[in-house]
Amino acid sequence: MAENIIINGLVLSGVYALLAIGFSLIFGVARIVNLAHTAFYMLAAYLIYSLAVTAGLNLYLSIFLAIVIVVITGMLSYRLVIARIRQHEATTLIVTIALAVILQEALLKGFGGTPRSVPKIISGSTEIFGVAVLNQQILTFGIVLLLLVATWLFLMKTRTGVAIRSTAQDREVANLMGINVPRMEMTTMAISAALAAVAGALVAPLLVLTPGMWTHPLVMVLAIVVLGGLGSLKGSLIGAFILGFAENLVIFLAPSGSYLKTSVALTIMIIVILIRPEGLFGVVFEEERG
Amino acid sequence: MNILSFYVSRSYQFLRGEILVIPSRTIALLLCLFLLFFPLISANDFILRVLILASIYAIFAASWDLLSGYTGQINFGHALFFGVAAYTAGLLNYNLDLAPWATIPIGALAAVVAGLVIGIPCLRLRGTYLAFATLAFPLILLGVVSAISSITGGERGFSGVDPLAGSRVASYYIVFPSMMVLGFIMWKIADSNTGLIFHAIREDEVTARASGINTTRYKLLAFCLSGLFAGIAGGMYVHFMKVAGPSTLELLLSFQVIIWAVFGGIATIYGPIAGVFILYPLREFLLSRYLHVPGELTMLIFACIVLIVLLFMPQGLITWLRDKTEKICPRCKLQNVATRSKCRVCTADLD
Repeated sequence: MAENIIINGLVLSGVYALLAIGFSLIFGVARIVNLAHTAFYMLAAYLIYSLAVTAGLNLYLSIFLAIVIVVITGMLSYRLVIARIRQHEATTLIVTIALAVILQEALLKGFGGTPRSVPKIISGSTEIFGVAVLNQQILTFGIVLLLLVATWLFLMKTRTGVAIRSTAQDREVANLMGINVPRMEMTTMAISAALAAVAGALVAPLLVLTPGMWTHPLVMVLAIVVLGGLGSLKGSLIGAFILGFAENLVIFLAPSGSYLKTSVALTIMIIVILIRPEGLFGVVFEEERG
Repeated sequence: MNILSFYVSRSYQFLRGEILVIPSRTIALLLCLFLLFFPLISANDFILRVLILASIYAIFAASWDLLSGYTGQINFGHALFFGVAAYTAGLLNYNLDLAPWATIPIGALAAVVAGLVIGIPCLRLRGTYLAFATLAFPLILLGVVSAISSITGGERGFSGVDPLAGSRVASYYIVFPSMMVLGFIMWKIADSNTGLIFHAIREDEVTARASGINTTRYKLLAFCLSGLFAGIAGGMYVHFMKVAGPSTLELLLSFQVIIWAVFGGIATIYGPIAGVFILYPLREFLLSRYLHVPGELTMLIFACIVLIVLLFMPQGLITWLRDKTEKICPRCKLQNVATRSKCRVCTADLD
């Protein structure tokens, strides 16, 4: 029981962390609440299904292609749609929901409502401390860790990373310092979509794919970024682990836990922001210049 | 007799001076009259059903606008009010056999309490934090409702709630006029001093507080008023559908109401109402009934329409139309047709 909670908790939290960090990045840099974020994750999973299972391509090749396609979709939807209406906050919310719904309905049209499954990247299981763990779960967690470190290094050490962080801190001053702000936003959107796509690729073999699979992660991602503090990557990471484990604890321990898992996770989020309204590690944004 | 003719001539003058001079108001009046007498033209059950649901959702969308459009407290979980009222009214009717005229107000009061319960903790939150925190409340309740299935019927809900009225036409004549009355009340609230303070809170809360406005009290008032109207809509919904189910609390409903309101144009009250009356019938019968678009495509087309309209009219359809056809007089702040060069009241030059 305890082993199951720990293993499932680690894998789930890792996936949530990837999603939340992507969401947080684009929010921090461009102040865009991208509610279509988890729809990209679903799109990646379905693309892998259609390329690997339906078209019979090599699994690794199809994963790579899926990630590329999702990144292009993300950048196109940013350039053609989101960038044009981003100064209207409420409109951005609706337009990104509309994007997500369009993706959902397109997938429903293409694949039908029946649940699909994707072959595992590596099969079999390993015994760790007397518990059988699926190799796919180990791989998922490993890649999540690797990607988190890579993202951190990219943001902290490279010139582009520094430019992205300074854009997030203050758009106007970053612009004055000669940083190409629109290009940084585009880059961030690409990274954010790529992280969502990788999360989708990692999770696809562990889940069944349905066209409604984006809503639950979306709610969790929103809760995580609020819990951790909007725009804070460290907060998103820690928030993902808190809520990921909370969900698993409820599923395994509480009666009718699968109904209550979201309720408990969201209640934790509410309690935290009641005590700290800017989240655990939130940066209090100064009033944006008008 | 004198008094009667006085009022007749007053209302005639009002009609001529305030409504017929502006095409959009004339069209709105004609549409309202048309819908009011619609059952005389056709008593088609399906069309009436769509119109009744559109009226219920119009109250709901306008109540979202009263809170989020005016005070800027974006509420992502507006389905909470709808669901709380729907379940309260449904359970009271089902278990205690109270009549709809009693359960709907009690349900609305429950929604007001829900407004207070989420309003007080949310006072400390701002902007995006507030939006995401409010998103959580209906989903928390949804989980609880699904878990205690012995009382609430769980995921399938419970049916057997009394209908609103004996016939479809009678239901229509309960729902549609109440939509007009409630919409008018909300519009009056938004137009009053209170509405002005709501505007001020959205534009700059600090300045509003510095001007001596107790913003806390007004924000709570907005939550409660919005809960009241959304609750009435929820109560009518449960009695019309005769089923209380978890769909009244779902994420999709919370999103849907924002889509309707933003599509019509926020901070107008009439915008969301018009948004519902355009989008809801569009999806329900134009696409699926008359154009025979298969089920999975209607939502796709619907989302595309919303996307395209908002891409070109980011302020919403009705606001865009209003700005194209009307001008506001710089001196007396009254609406004028865009073709006029002088204000119809004070003859100031319109630019």
